[in-house]
Amino acid sequence: MPRTDSLQGALDLLVLKILSRKPGLHGYAIMSAIKERSGDVLRADEGSLYPALHRMEEAGWLRAEWIAKDQRQRLRVYRLTPEGAKQLSTEQSRWQTVTSAVNRVLRTV
Amino acid sequence: MSLWSRAINLFRGERVSREIEEELATHVTEGIAEGRDASEIRKALGPALQIREESRDLRIIPWLDSLRADLVFGCRQLVKRRVTSTASILSLALAIGSCTAAFRLIDAMLLRPLPVKNPEHLYDLTRHLIGFDGKPASYDLWAYPAFRRMRDAVKDQAELIAISSTLTVELTYRSDQEMEKANLDYVSGGMFDSFGLRPVAGRLLSASDDLMPGAHPYAVLSHDYWARRFGKDPNVVGRTLRTDDTVYQIVGVVQAPFTGTSPGTMTDVFLPAMMSGKTQRDDAAWMRTIARVKPGIAIAPLQAKLNAISHAFEEERAKHFVGMSKIQTARFLAETVILEPAAAGASNLQGDYRRSLLSLGVLVVLVLLIACANVANLMTAQASARAREMALRVSIGAGRARLVQLVLVESACLALLASALGGLFAWWAAPLVVRLISSPGKPVQLLLPADWRVFAFGLLLTVAVILLFGLAPALRASGVKPAGALKGCADPHARPRLIHGLIAVQVAFSFLILFVAGLFVATFDRLSNRPMGFSSDRLLVLNVVLSRPQQAVVWDDVADRLRGVPGVEKVAIAGWAVFTANSMNNFISLHGEPPGPVLAYFLSVSPGWRETMRLKLIAGRDFRPDETTPGAALVNETFAREYFNGENPVGKAVLRGGPAAPFWIVGLVADAPYRSIREPILPVAYVPFRQVDSAGAPGSYGHASFIIRTTGANPLALAQTMRLEVARARSDFRVSSIDTQEELNRAQTLRERLLAMLAIFFGCVALLLATIGLYGVLDYAVLQRRREIGIRLAIGASGGRIVRLVTVGVFSMVAIGAIAGLALGFWSIRYVEALLYQVKATDVSMLALPSLILFAAAFLAAVPPAIRAVRIDPVAMLRAE
Repeated sequence: MPRTDSLQGALDLLVLKILSRKPGLHGYAIMSAIKERSGDVLRADEGSLYPALHRMEEAGWLRAEWIAKDQRQRLRVYRLTPEGAKQLSTEQSRWQTVTSAVNRVLRTV
Repeated sequence: MSLWSRAINLFRGERVSREIEEELATHVTEGIAEGRDASEIRKALGPALQIREESRDLRIIPWLDSLRADLVFGCRQLVKRRVTSTASILSLALAIGSCTAAFRLIDAMLLRPLPVKNPEHLYDLTRHLIGFDGKPASYDLWAYPAFRRMRDAVKDQAELIAISSTLTVELTYRSDQEMEKANLDYVSGGMFDSFGLRPVAGRLLSASDDLMPGAHPYAVLSHDYWARRFGKDPNVVGRTLRTDDTVYQIVGVVQAPFTGTSPGTMTDVFLPAMMSGKTQRDDAAWMRTIARVKPGIAIAPLQAKLNAISHAFEEERAKHFVGMSKIQTARFLAETVILEPAAAGASNLQGDYRRSLLSLGVLVVLVLLIACANVANLMTAQASARAREMALRVSIGAGRARLVQLVLVESACLALLASALGGLFAWWAAPLVVRLISSPGKPVQLLLPADWRVFAFGLLLTVAVILLFGLAPALRASGVKPAGALKGCADPHARPRLIHGLIAVQVAFSFLILFVAGLFVATFDRLSNRPMGFSSDRLLVLNVVLSRPQQAVVWDDVADRLRGVPGVEKVAIAGWAVFTANSMNNFISLHGEPPGPVLAYFLSVSPGWRETMRLKLIAGRDFRPDETTPGAALVNETFAREYFNGENPVGKAVLRGGPAAPFWIVGLVADAPYRSIREPILPVAYVPFRQVDSAGAPGSYGHASFIIRTTGANPLALAQTMRLEVARARSDFRVSSIDTQEELNRAQTLRERLLAMLAIFFGCVALLLATIGLYGVLDYAVLQRRREIGIRLAIGASGGRIVRLVTVGVFSMVAIGAIAGLALGFWSIRYVEALLYQVKATDVSMLALPSLILFAAAFLAAVPPAIRAVRIDPVAMLRAE
């Protein structure tokens, strides 16, 4: 059964977009932001969020650092790199192409 | 993340895992803070281990990570089995080290290209002919006029360069009293240009420095000599040196590492060929001709052209020969010029040692193969012992490639450690061998740099070794069938096949090495025990040079002075000492007939020389003091046999060469070697040191040797006294070197001694390895079959039966190996035959000895496991299962 809240491969795009608006978020905050900004429609799968973050870090789009939250706990926060910003615009335009194409199909049929 | 940081993370694997763990933990905490349930968040996150692995693989290079893990595991395995690992590493290190050392020598002597521009275009002009003794021979020395003619004729196709064979001369930078030795080459002026060499100080010789005989007294030093003798003093340019009564001006130093074109000797001083004094003589062959063939020129037509020119030259020369028979002249002219590739230079030492070095190379490769077989056997036995571990790994999902990697990495650990040790061994051993083949009179100088060639060879060797001994056990280990192995009932008959095959190979190679070692040892033994005819005991040889030649009477005066020194028993004078490679020969004619085809050899000696040498007089008498050359002669038995059919020649007359004054034979002496211990005895005529020319005027000598029999046991104790006494007797007499006859004799068998020594060494190593291997395999077989043996003993099998059961398979392998080794030995004979002396490979003793030694070793290796097998307690064994 199809899940309406599944991101269908747009997770990278959302993560990059959110980090470009608000740099320095940690994993949970990114997840919450996706949920919040999409008006509770979209929900990042918690199981695939971290591998995705690590993959993007590996690709050089994100930079991670540890910051202290309080005495006992520290957080791993992510920022966009210049390369990540470039990637965001590519992904964004690709998304727009795809969605407008899909819309065109929906209109004509 | 860069490859580099991923590689770095490899060594912080723990930390990477911990960080991922921590990040996930904060995720859960954040969720709880929002009021979610902890277990629900964990469920949503999915299996933590999977995320961790997935993320970890992103941050670390997975294959490198597994390699690291295998490396750590492999090292642990090696440390765990300390004894077998040490034995494996040491045997491999010895074998790898020997191979690398052999490569360094072979490379330096035969393979390494000369440090000149395009060495691959260089060829050595060599003449192949049938010698006076009727055997094929080749030589590469030329007369200068022939060179000049060839150079001019082919100048469009090739540049021809004349390079004298290296001379060790006496020269001085100051006064005559400070003479020193140096290696000297006369070279064509154009050589440096043609080789693309540059000066590091001053200038080099050019073609214009080599035009007129005697007109260009300029010298160039090699960089090595410049550094060694002058400490790289730039002011050396412009200084003068004197040798052979000519003063040369040093004009420059040639760049390193060029030290001439003959590997084995390093040239110190280069002089223009035109200064040699022999450039006009067409009967003195004294220089090599190196051709630099221009690009795109075919070799065959060039060779034919050179052949035609050389032929015309010799034909013209033969017209003026006196007293040579038609057959000899035809033989002399039937020579062909061959262009032999000379990228690695050309030297006599290459010819002397090519076959020896290659034989040794083959021996060390065999030792390496034996060592590899040994280690492979140990590892295979261990692989079976680890079958359960491997089966477990397969069961939990390890792929075949992963298991091969695991075992190969372990092998690599072993091989790398062995290579490091072997490298040290080679670093020490190669110069040692060079020292062993050097003699005081004939030092061998080889550059043995540890450069990329040696390193690349070592690396290739290591990889080859890893594959040789590691691949079979690795494949075997990875091919494990988990179901059977975990139950512990693997098929016992499938296993020993590889192990037994390796045993046969080891035995075959060991047999071959022992067989060849036996041949070399027998050769050395026969040569060193060859009857000499004279006594070398307490014999001192003083080689003396004069600044200006003097008549024999003057030499006699000095000999008289030496006779007065305490500790001297007898003193005589000879043109040169026995075994100094000097020789003088000519044809002999009898009764005024044309000369015969057999060459006779001559040595001028003073009266009393025969007595000093203790050479037996068979008939007639020694020289009288007033007898001269020509006039009187002592001849040896071979001479009498050759020219007088063995009749007593005393009182007969012979002529040397063409028409000249006769020699009357006054005495017959015992046979003795002349210039080489390997040759059959030559027909020799000893003639008086005093000589007169055809007009009756006395001749002079610029150099000769005093042969001194001392009373003390160590003749060298008198060396310094004699040196001073000679200088005191006459200021123009100078002792250039002092030898003992014993040393000269020893120098004759240097090559054989080296071959025998190294072959024995490798034979022992091979035997030791084969014995250890055999023992290991038998021991393992007993261990594997202990249950079966226990049952057999329990139902009444005798000890003899058990021993036979355990050893029969292995012993049949030893027999098969020995037979294969025998076949290999017979096949290899043709390659080592040239190195042997009066040794027949088919001698029963030559074949029996290695077989006996091998079977004795096999027996020795079988005793402990056999005892263990018989002592198995059936009750305890069956209960233990």
